Amino acid sequence: MDGLKSQQVTFKLFRFNKDTDYLPYYNTYVLDVTHEEVILDVLNRIKWDHDGSLSYRRSCRHGICGICSIKVNGKAILACKARIFDLINVFGADMTIDPLSTKRAIKDLIIDKEDFWDKHAQVKPFLVTDVEENPSLENLVSPHDAEKLLEADYCIQCGACHYSCPALEINDRFIGPAAFAAAFRFAADVRDDSSLERLHIVNEETEGVWDCVKCMECAEACPKDVNPIEKITKLHNMIFDTGIAKDNVATRHAVGFAHSINKHGLLDEGELVRYSEGNIGVMKHLPEAFEMWKNGKIVMPWNMPKSKNLDEVKKLIESSSTVKF
Amino acid sequence: MQMLRYALYTGCTARESTPELLKSTLAVAEKLGIELVLLDEASCCGASHLQDYDDFLSLVLNARNICYAEKLGLTMVTICNTCQLNTAMTKHRLDTNPELKAKVNVKLAEVGLEYKGTSEVTHFLYAIIQDYGLENLAKKVNVPLSQFNIAPFYGCHNIRPSELQNLSNGGENPYNPTSLDDLIIACGGNNVDYDAKNKCCGFHAELQSPHTAAVLTGNALSGAIDANADWMVTPCPLCHLKLDVQHHGASKAIGREVSLPVLHMPQMVGLALGCTPAELGLQHHVTKVNFV
Repeated sequence: MDGLKSQQVTFKLFRFNKDTDYLPYYNTYVLDVTHEEVILDVLNRIKWDHDGSLSYRRSCRHGICGICSIKVNGKAILACKARIFDLINVFGADMTIDPLSTKRAIKDLIIDKEDFWDKHAQVKPFLVTDVEENPSLENLVSPHDAEKLLEADYCIQCGACHYSCPALEINDRFIGPAAFAAAFRFAADVRDDSSLERLHIVNEETEGVWDCVKCMECAEACPKDVNPIEKITKLHNMIFDTGIAKDNVATRHAVGFAHSINKHGLLDEGELVRYSEGNIGVMKHLPEAFEMWKNGKIVMPWNMPKSKNLDEVKKLIESSSTVKF
Repeated sequence: MQMLRYALYTGCTARESTPELLKSTLAVAEKLGIELVLLDEASCCGASHLQDYDDFLSLVLNARNICYAEKLGLTMVTICNTCQLNTAMTKHRLDTNPELKAKVNVKLAEVGLEYKGTSEVTHFLYAIIQDYGLENLAKKVNVPLSQFNIAPFYGCHNIRPSELQNLSNGGENPYNPTSLDDLIIACGGNNVDYDAKNKCCGFHAELQSPHTAAVLTGNALSGAIDANADWMVTPCPLCHLKLDVQHHGASKAIGREVSLPVLHMPQMVGLALGCTPAELGLQHHVTKVNFV
């Protein structure tokens, strides 16, 4: 074993059997691990040498099937890709291994991903197009057009982003980052005929892209660098570009920034809330606004600060705007 | 030590709803002998919302802001995580895409500006840690915060996406960030560990998804309270607005009364350096700072 670095690591392993256990519990194993091992190696060693009843999903062992995704100390990983020594660098030698979503656990690290697949199905994750049943030529896509997908097609549906999304954890109608990335993948495909239908689906309040909290957890969690938040932003842009944006609090909130910057350079915070919510909707913010005013946190319209050289900002907004609402 | 000089991009919030942030930033800079040149020409960063509406316009406006730091030949420091994200993202996209940079510069030329990519963009928190140094800061502490358990709240847009943020935040890992903890320790305080410290406060969905936003705020406050924190500290004024102003809504959403004083990062440093409450604008807080 020349050149093999090894270190002792404590693994706390989530255990639960939905059929027999009332509550989950943790088993602790202290193991010597080498710098060559990934988390899947450790799970295998525990199952084969210590407790054959440990359950987890594994298949390709090459980071492509997406089935072995779990969480280590809250970080979503592919068990077959995550090197233990890399994790030691981040967390030290104590690691808690959990399923992607503890509340969906069926047996140990295996979860019921039904909600994930339902959300996927919701955005119609397939090409909708008229093709000849027996085509004589391939349906070619130019490299330039293929680049428009922004590598959204690299998604392996492991669920790492989906189960790292805090908005989804609270609002179970939210479609979530993985399905949004899939919606973009097909909406951006030049061969697809259903882009607009998909954009309508992700444009819905409560379910659609507007409820994203912009925490960037999905970009961080993805083991394939799909960067779902980038696709979510693109979907926002496409909703405006195609003119299907509805007049509601979420769209006015985005557009309000342009209005405010055009007027002051800076954002008029109070006016943005009024513009977004409307004259009646803004009322519900009055108690908080009063508290803020009492403590010197509200700038009155007549005292609104402005950027120096505001004429430059106005000129740039006029010449560089690409969208109308 | 050579005097540190930066171009300060205040963002909008520090000039409006969190005046105490600008005040305490300037007070701390003066105590530490750091010169901050205010970028009064700068406009709003778009806060990730203008980006949803008109991506190209947001690039042009953010590039213009950076131009003014470049004109001064200074690194731009931000005091808002979301300003940091959008400014650093603009810089990264323009610096790695000559075609896009040229397109943006065509527009900037109309107002006599050119984006070159010569100024770095970093948050004041990381400027203090990396340029000033925590050891040097610790030497200047004359009111150690040793009687306080302080819960750090990092704010998403300083730590994620790490691929971008690591260009300026010293390689902080978003799953186990340490900078704010280290700063608390340098100020003599006791750093408190809790699950929500690197999570989202909900600010950006506050209007369109109020329940989600309120639960996230509640989770952060209750996590800090359960970890026995006396108060919280954050480098982001948007997190501050959620945690300091909106605890009533948060309490209602999670079914538990949660309220805790929250200090801006420079306010905490200022307390340790012996600044007065008035110098740090502590009177502006909605959740009263009752321990000084």
